[in-house]
This record gives sequence, C-alpha cells and structure tokens, in this order.
Amino acid sequence: MEIKRETVDPSDFRVRQLNARDMLRGDLVGEELDKFVEQSVMTTTLEKAVSWSQGNSIYPMTFGLACCAIEMMSIVGMRVDIARFGWEAFRASPRQADLLILSGRVSVKMAPVIRRIYDQMLEPKWAISMGACCSSMGVFNNYALVPSDKFMPIDVHVPGCPPRPEALMHGILRLRDKIQGHPPDGWRERYDAVGTEEVLTPEQQRRSAQDPAINVFPGGDTAGA
Amino acid sequence: MPDATGLELIAHELREANEGSILQTEFRHRRAVLEVAPEHVPAVLQQLHDKGYTFLASLHGVDYYPEEPRLGVLYELMDMHEVDRISVKARVSTQAPRIPTATGLFPGANFPEREVYDMFGVVFDGHPDMRRILMPEDFEGFPQRRDFPVGGEPVLFTYNEETGYGKYQ
Repeated sequence: MEIKRETVDPSDFRVRQLNARDMLRGDLVGEELDKFVEQSVMTTTLEKAVSWSQGNSIYPMTFGLACCAIEMMSIVGMRVDIARFGWEAFRASPRQADLLILSGRVSVKMAPVIRRIYDQMLEPKWAISMGACCSSMGVFNNYALVPSDKFMPIDVHVPGCPPRPEALMHGILRLRDKIQGHPPDGWRERYDAVGTEEVLTPEQQRRSAQDPAINVFPGGDTAGA
Repeated sequence: MPDATGLELIAHELREANEGSILQTEFRHRRAVLEVAPEHVPAVLQQLHDKGYTFLASLHGVDYYPEEPRLGVLYELMDMHEVDRISVKARVSTQAPRIPTATGLFPGANFPEREVYDMFGVVFDGHPDMRRILMPEDFEGFPQRRDFPVGGEPVLFTYNEETGYGKYQ
C-alpha cells in the first residue's frame, strides 16, 4: 500500500486543535507561540465592544399607535424574525426599553405623552419613526397631528403607508449599523434634552437644578418613577 | 320610519302641544326629519320619548356653511319596539350657538354633546360637564367648522431644512 503525504493548511481546524493542545501542555514555545496567540486573540477597544453588543441586543418598547403597529407586531413573527438579531424582547416599561418605535400617527394630544415616555427611557436610547404619518403626517396632514421630529429626536425614519415588515426590518438594521458605528449623534443638544439623563454628573445636576427640563429628578429621588 | 303622512301627524301633535316648536318637516329618502326651534328641543324630545322613541341612537353636529343659521344639531331617535326611527334637527347660528342639553332625558347624550361642542362650538346649556372631549383643552377654535383651516404642518425635507422649523441651530 502506498502512503500518500500532503501538506496540511496551517489554518486547518485539526492543526489549530493540535496547536491548542500543545499550548496547554506548554510544548508550544518561541515563534510558534507568538503565531498561535496572533491567530487566536482579537484586540479591540472597549467602546467598539460595547456598541457591538448594544446593537445586537435591543429591547424595543411595547408601544403601538395605529395601523403601523400591526406591521410592527409581525416583525417578531416567523417570517421576518427580529429574534435573529437579538431585538425580540419587547418591554412593557420604558424603564427597561432601549428603542421606541413610533408606529402610527401622533396627535397633538398624544405628543406630550410620547415625549414623557421617551424621557423615561434609560440611556442609551433610540427612536424609529415608522410610516408616513409619524414622519410627515401622510394623509392625515391636518390640525390634529404633529410630526414626531418636532418633539423628540428620531434616529431612523422608515417610509411607507404602512411600511412592509421588511422595510421596518431594513430600518432596524440601519439603526444597528448606526449604533455599532457612531454612538452619539448630538441629538440631546439639538433637542434641548441635556439634563434628562437618568444618571447625572454633579455638573449636570447643578445645571439641571438651575434650568430643569421636564420630568427630571435628581439622583435618588424616585418621585417621578 | 313614519311615512310622510305619519310624520305630518306627529308634527301636528307636537305643534298642538308647543306653539312654534316645529319649524318645518322634511321627508326625503324615506327619512323623517322634524326641524325644531332650539329652545323647544327638550320639550319635543320629551314628547317623542313618551310616544315610544326612547333610544337616542346618535347625536351629532353639522355645518351647513353658506346657509344660515349655519350650525345644525341632529338627534336620531329610535323606537325599540316598533323599530322605527325619527330625526330631530335644530339649527343655531354661529353668533349665538346655544341649545338646551338633552342629558336630563338621555344620559348617554353627555359625550356626544361634548363632541359637538368640541368640533362645532355649540354650547349645551345645563350640560353637567361642558368641556372639550377630543382636542386638547387649550386648543383654539372649532376644527370641524367649514371656515376652520384644514391646517397641518409644513413637512421638513432636506431641501427646505434651511427655511423649515427644524434647522439645527
């Protein structure tokens, strides 16, 4: 019988497994050890690691405004399953949610309520404006409605009337890119929301006491909870 | 529905009881309408109630814009035993939009009357809680009147961000 010998690719799983065994035994030394470490260990910054995990584990708020909410509910179903991206745990309390999906038209009377819910959410938080009504008031552009951009910061607008679940899915993936790519966007400054963070630095506490924004309480005060 | 003759009989009976209460009658599309002077509305509703029209199916407002008096309040009454309907219509002007309330006779008129007040500005005298019901309390104007602008916000897009409300300062 003829024995056939072939060179095995060093990235082959079996080779790496043998290398790992040698490393644990202490048999791997010198240049080979350096090479093994280079292959097995990944270095990154803390910020990147944190935003990577944040983008892959978003807790949306259970909050439906109108017909878009029906499409929003279907994204947790089996066809476009957002559990694939770790976004499926809808939370019934703003204190536990990271994402507010405004699914539907916002009336003048509802706007302060939504703003309050948004302010109650913990940092970091994001918002998706879903559908034509919420972004530009769509077919209901009359005295009763207000566009969501006017009273709170929106990170992603999803167009459509209503958007298909796939469209919302696309918006969600864009938001994930945004979270993982560029964490802060300066929304707080733009919308005069500085001082509404749940945990305030002493400097922020001083400024917040001077010029209190809505629903802001100093640390430890649970009156607003 | 009472037929045209039946409507005239009812109108005659109501006129007998209250002088000047029925301004005119209208029978169109198999729908019987009694047009009533606003101050006589509670008395007429009470009489119709006694005749068997015990259910207030709907109460709503209308703006008949170029016509005067402009505003209308419609009461749709129903006889639950005969399955018979009759409408009562009262017209008020925008200068003095006042009409006595029907909440004493029909407690269910409470919210519809508030809605008519909210949308058309008709004040119901004697109503226990005459406030806006749908629009915010500090809203100005009555949005369902024909002379109220449709309103809406100028929508902000990239091309008008400079001139719109949302330009980042």
